[in-house]
Amino acid sequence: MYQLSQLDVLEAEAIFIMREVVAEFEKPVLLFSGGKDSIVMLRVAQKAFWPARIPFVVMHVDTGHNFPEVLEYRDRRVAELGVNLVVASVQDAIDSGRVTEPPDGTRNRIQTPVLLHALETGEYTAIFGGARRDEDKARAKERIFSFRDDFGQWDPKNQRPELWSLFNSKIHAGESIRVFPLSNWTELDIWHYIEREGIELPSIYFAHDREVVDRKGMLYAVNEFIVPKEDETTFVERVRYRTVGDASLTAAVQSDADTIDKVIEEVSTTRITERGATRGDDKFSEAAMEDRKREGYF
Amino acid sequence: MDILRFATAGSVDDGKSTLIGRLLYDTKTVFQDQMDAVERVSKDRGEEYVNLALLTDGLRAEREQGITIDVAYRYFATPTRKFIIADTPGHIQYTRNMVTGASTADLALILVDARKGLVEQSRRHAFLATLLQVPHLVLVVNKMDLVDYSQEVYERIHAEFTNFATKLRVRDLQVIPVSALQGDNVVTRSETMPWYDGPSLLHHLEHVHVASDRNLVDVRFPVQYVIRPMSEEYHDYRGYAGQVAGGVLKKGDEVMVLPSGFTSTIAAVEDADGPIDEAYAPMSITVRLSDEIDISRGDMICRPHNQPTVAQDIDAVVCWMDESAALQVGKKYAIKHTTRMARCAIRDVQYRLDVNTLHRDENHHSLTLNEIGRVRLRTTVPLMVDDYSRNRTTGGFVLIDEATNRTVAAGMILLP
Repeated sequence: MYQLSQLDVLEAEAIFIMREVVAEFEKPVLLFSGGKDSIVMLRVAQKAFWPARIPFVVMHVDTGHNFPEVLEYRDRRVAELGVNLVVASVQDAIDSGRVTEPPDGTRNRIQTPVLLHALETGEYTAIFGGARRDEDKARAKERIFSFRDDFGQWDPKNQRPELWSLFNSKIHAGESIRVFPLSNWTELDIWHYIEREGIELPSIYFAHDREVVDRKGMLYAVNEFIVPKEDETTFVERVRYRTVGDASLTAAVQSDADTIDKVIEEVSTTRITERGATRGDDKFSEAAMEDRKREGYF
Repeated sequence: MDILRFATAGSVDDGKSTLIGRLLYDTKTVFQDQMDAVERVSKDRGEEYVNLALLTDGLRAEREQGITIDVAYRYFATPTRKFIIADTPGHIQYTRNMVTGASTADLALILVDARKGLVEQSRRHAFLATLLQVPHLVLVVNKMDLVDYSQEVYERIHAEFTNFATKLRVRDLQVIPVSALQGDNVVTRSETMPWYDGPSLLHHLEHVHVASDRNLVDVRFPVQYVIRPMSEEYHDYRGYAGQVAGGVLKKGDEVMVLPSGFTSTIAAVEDADGPIDEAYAPMSITVRLSDEIDISRGDMICRPHNQPTVAQDIDAVVCWMDESAALQVGKKYAIKHTTRMARCAIRDVQYRLDVNTLHRDENHHSLTLNEIGRVRLRTTVPLMVDDYSRNRTTGGFVLIDEATNRTVAAGMILLP
């Protein structure tokens, strides 16, 4: 009697958090990457304010290295929901000289100043992100309402205590709060929710045949950003993406999971974390995420 | 599948991280790449066993100093339940973190080292768990392998703790002898302790009954946000959105709105998927009423014959959480209670509590970091409150420093 499933409880919590932000902040924004977590976050937002439209804009920090399937999905989804999309373009920032592209061409680190610039320009004080605490050791210690100073930086030793569901939204001019409504969800919860809600995803999340190149055990799709070197051989493999990020850094995993059921089965039995399996950007050091968050990363 | 939230407390030496590491490892929550990293570091440090504590210590500073500096949240699941662990460090200066972790917990897990028995810290953790009204308590007597799995040691600690617990209001207590390092009684019952006939830790966590811990009697619905679509289709729509804090709401119920005192009936309880038969905590829903009355964020919907106390003068037990300034009589703070934000002034500090002896010091009129005391405060606007022991949502509040915006205190309301 009066029993709620884990998905009901997680959704209720996320809806509460989103309503709290909209009630207490002038100008929230939701960061949308086209990845499954931000897609779920948009779905929760849709439910939180129904029958009204989502009362904030959506921002995509665009590294310029995109999967076409994801861009197409993004544009279709924001049109369906009737929300405004703001694109913070890393390419524009490079072209205008605001940031410098590293010699190796990777754009992960230079996303941060582009994000911070876009937040400052738009005067956004509450920024929804789809990060989950099960993703990384640093995230496991971050609050749901994560205070950022006027440089957008996270200070793990100076976090506000967070009790019950009483979130502190008070800030001074220039400061902001990153808000993570899906903090308590795991990768498996996300997939079960996608299944329950019948949410459509970009096709690259499901198994398909793709030309790839093997780099240090990671399978990268051959495309305009990943050009095989002379000593590398390419081959066609049945793969899917477990995470969706910068197309030059996100690797695919070998998989036959071409339906949600099969993906859930696969995620339930896999022995490698999603970031470990797919992200070149998190491999720099044990504390890569912590360091990037301190700089103002998501 | 439902959810159990539990808080763990204990010091580095009690083997808390090892126990959590063991739970994660034995429920196959730990992934191969995480395990590889831990094995590598353990080996580099010349440690004999794979140090499961390394699975949970997250930040650079912690790894370097071998300590835990803040609350970390961790997740695992079995086929019947999803678990959320609020993992809090046990050092003396971190009462703040334990209180934070316990505030949302259904169960508190307190660790003691079988060789040392109850120490000051174990008593303090048990006290804080009961202060925060965590409904279920588990005392884990760890390192049983180092006392030859002695029943006598276990019985002695069990008796000592039970004796201490009578001073607290412990609703449900389970004492489990384990060895986190060897895995005894963590996931499965161990043959090393045939004299113990209770459940393994995981079995207990999976089966402890938490659904009845919620208050299904007193209807409490703090209005969080008013939904007005401003569209053709929903021209006159006005929905009161929020998360149910107590009781059961359904269509046709007579309700009262506080503080105004207006009454109406519920026209609909709904969410984005349509009408809902009955709503209860912690569902996030929208309520529509049959009458047009003025309701805004911070108001409380309840039943006419079961109302919270509407008060401006409030007594509470407060835990002070700020290192930069002390709680002072006469000082003003912002107060957040349910969805209502107000200001308040501290009228009086009635006593400061020694969390180790439970002694009340009535000659102390301020509270510093990690100190707990009973205060009286006056708010600028009425709050709709319940005693914290009756409802943790309508009985809890936080204080915010108006100059620094820091969350400086957690309060638990006491009604006469």
